[in-house]
Amino acid sequence: MNTLDSGQHLVRGATPVQAGRFPRLLPERFGGEPASLEEHVTRYGQLPRGWDGRWREQLIAEVGRAGLTGRGGAGFPTARKLAAVAAGRDAPVVVANGTEGEPASAKDKVLLACAPHLVLDGAVLAADMLGARQAIVVVHDAVREVVDSAAAERRRARLDRVKVKVMTGADRFVGGEASALVNWVAHGIPLPTATPPRVSECGLLSRPTLVQNVETLAHLALIARWGARWFRSLGTTAEPGSMLVTVIGAVRQPGVREIEIGTPVNEVLGLAGGPAAPLGALLIGGYFGTWADPAVAGPLPFSAEGLSAVGGSPGAGLVAALPADVCGLAETARVARYLADESAGQCGPCVFGLGSIAGALADLTAARRYEPGRLRRWMAQTEGRGACHHPDGAVRMVRSALAVFGAEIDRHAQGWCCGRRPPGVLPVPLRRSP
Amino acid sequence: MTTGPRLRVNPIACDGRGLCAEVLPEMITLDDWGFPIIRDAEVPPGLLDEAAEAVRLCPRLALRLDHRARAPAAPQPRAG
Repeated sequence: MNTLDSGQHLVRGATPVQAGRFPRLLPERFGGEPASLEEHVTRYGQLPRGWDGRWREQLIAEVGRAGLTGRGGAGFPTARKLAAVAAGRDAPVVVANGTEGEPASAKDKVLLACAPHLVLDGAVLAADMLGARQAIVVVHDAVREVVDSAAAERRRARLDRVKVKVMTGADRFVGGEASALVNWVAHGIPLPTATPPRVSECGLLSRPTLVQNVETLAHLALIARWGARWFRSLGTTAEPGSMLVTVIGAVRQPGVREIEIGTPVNEVLGLAGGPAAPLGALLIGGYFGTWADPAVAGPLPFSAEGLSAVGGSPGAGLVAALPADVCGLAETARVARYLADESAGQCGPCVFGLGSIAGALADLTAARRYEPGRLRRWMAQTEGRGACHHPDGAVRMVRSALAVFGAEIDRHAQGWCCGRRPPGVLPVPLRRSP
Repeated sequence: MTTGPRLRVNPIACDGRGLCAEVLPEMITLDDWGFPIIRDAEVPPGLLDEAAEAVRLCPRLALRLDHRARAPAAPQPRAG
């Protein structure tokens, strides 16, 4: 029945990472150096090959049974995306998305820096499975050299049937959005395009295009080796597996960790050394994420199901711990201004809406002026009205801030700020010259 | 079940000229910055002529009538 699930015939030369154990993607200890091809094969074994003619359907079904979802932020079921691309009439194109334009997130960069071959395995496997001739791997500039070396190593070893092409992504926030990434690869323009059509139907060279986050591809490469049952030995029933998280802010050892999905938020903070100061708030998911009270969110499982209690989701795996002596409103205003500036500048409601919202938050933070009715109207008029989801994500984050920082809002409206230290916990890159 | 066409705007093409809202105020209002907010419903038969006129008048060719009878705006896969 489960042709892949039995596992044994697929695994060549390596014991699977024991079911229910971690880490799966990251090395046991950070050694600094990326895993060479030899080290990679020693740890994970070769990517299985030489399946019968129906392996595409079998592998997509296995990914479906595994319950793998996209790790780029949206959490879309991977098997459904694979099936949509496979259903196209033309030969597809595969684009691995390692752009990670979110300034607070580092998990894709760390994954590529530690285990580039695991990601390349997944990209090559996806391309091979879908009948694509090449896999285009777009990565952040910080890890380009590592990925280039890994791709060269594979070429020398004549490892892959498909061609691997490595590119540097456009270093801006919207550059990782699927249509923007396709536009960047095709035309050097890192801006989203209008949908429909979706890139899974009509993307690069007008072909069905699989745009998949690099962490998702790494999980895919492991599911191909060890099957759905192995994958599901971690995580929750609804959301199986492990995921990478970036923990920043007021924790003792900020950085990237691999967690079992469903690990309580407090334990995630614990993996990063625990709070380094009394915490005032948590930003969960990313800059499109959700602010939450640590007392409320702390015991919740880090999963879509668990975090829905505070209106949040794991998103791209960010947990930012805001110390109690930094004003959350001021942080929100900074990030809102950054997101407004990072608008692709194409859709009026995004340009003007996010600009107006960021301005209103700056006024509120500086205790100049606060008109809650107007701000809420602007949020409603901005949400859902762009070609991509950039305005929606930004509004979601601001809306959660207004809900969580109610006491701060009252104080600011009366003319004083609770923050004893200037904001700056959340990284916001300097604005590029246009 | 009858399904009439829906109005759709391409937000990248739209420049907020606002002619559509003048022709079809029953279905199109303008936001605080002058960009059209389109009621997400089928165009009733009595307004089809005005809707077609609004589409024709758009100087940016950003407005169209979508005749495909299906629910709007299903969540779409993003890079994931």
